[in-house]
Amino acid sequence: MSGDTRGEGDRKQSPDDEAALSARLQRLGERLATANRPSENGSGPRQTADRASAFARGFRLSTELVAGVLVGAVIGWLIDRWLGISPWGLIVFLLLGFAAGVLNVMRAAGVVRERKLGD
Amino acid sequence: MAVDPIEQFQIHNLFPIAKIGNTEIAFTNSAAFMLVAVLGLTTFLVMATAGRNLVPSRLQSAAEIAYEFVATTVRSTAGSEGMKFFPFVFSIFMFVLTLNMLGLIPYAFTVTSHIIVTAALALTVFFTVLIYGLVRHGLHFFNLFVPKGVPIYILPLIVAIEILSFLSRPISHSVRLFANMLAGHITLQVFASFIILLGGALGVLGWVGGVLPFAMIVILMALEMLVAFLQAYVFAILTCIYLNDAIHPGH
Repeated sequence: MSGDTRGEGDRKQSPDDEAALSARLQRLGERLATANRPSENGSGPRQTADRASAFARGFRLSTELVAGVLVGAVIGWLIDRWLGISPWGLIVFLLLGFAAGVLNVMRAAGVVRERKLGD
Repeated sequence: MAVDPIEQFQIHNLFPIAKIGNTEIAFTNSAAFMLVAVLGLTTFLVMATAGRNLVPSRLQSAAEIAYEFVATTVRSTAGSEGMKFFPFVFSIFMFVLTLNMLGLIPYAFTVTSHIIVTAALALTVFFTVLIYGLVRHGLHFFNLFVPKGVPIYILPLIVAIEILSFLSRPISHSVRLFANMLAGHITLQVFASFIILLGGALGVLGWVGGVLPFAMIVILMALEMLVAFLQAYVFAILTCIYLNDAIHPGH
């Protein structure tokens, strides 16, 4: 008698067990999936790098600006040399380079969103 | 006697290797330190992974920490797809980190304080991004320069600015590492020369007073270790960000 009821209980329990098990497996799978890509949809990796040190951050912003201006100046100077339109190439590309430098700084500081995020 | 703070960055020829035309190619102290770094790194990683224990030894767990650290950086910045560039990023990170740390040993030469080295690394990253992006996405890669939702009449201007911004990457990428290492080592040298100057000028009193700049050197040394690690990390994470553009040019 008692053996019968236990058998019945077992049979009744097993589908429940299976459901619970598969639910747990699914949860584990989800956890593993999020663990494998920590912040792919997170708030942006650049910020974590920058917060590591304010000094590094400040230095980074200044080099970004200088790099933009420098590239503009070099390109403008080369165009002047090749096309002989001095000083217009330098003027135009220095301005463009400055704009690019400001864009770099704003991207590095996180003021402007990264191009690929969300677009 | 004044100490020249720039002298430590001088390149010496150790022995000649080959001669192309009139250019002599010599094995320099810079090359020697790069070789030491590569050999040291290879020995460390080979020895650390030789055991392959489930419960890692100290050496193995150091290697595993390095792996996990770079892997997390790559995944969080360039996504799971970026992991195909993991060997590249790991090599760059470990190479730069080792060179930075080696440079902090007194009398050692700091390879990364020469812009030609950091520029070569940054240009390698730049051309990797360019070539991989073009091979993988074809001309679609140039969509990187065309942001969405910009009115057609200012589009040429925006595209020109975006291209300049793209071209300026290797410059800021290389200058950052080089300037940090250069400035740090010059500062250390200047403070160290204060001790000698004080001792030479004031005798015993000067040597006692030299304790102050010496304390400063100790503090700066700690800061320099942080900077050495941080700059290697920043170099690696920027590499990942640029590679991300090659993998997903957006839109």
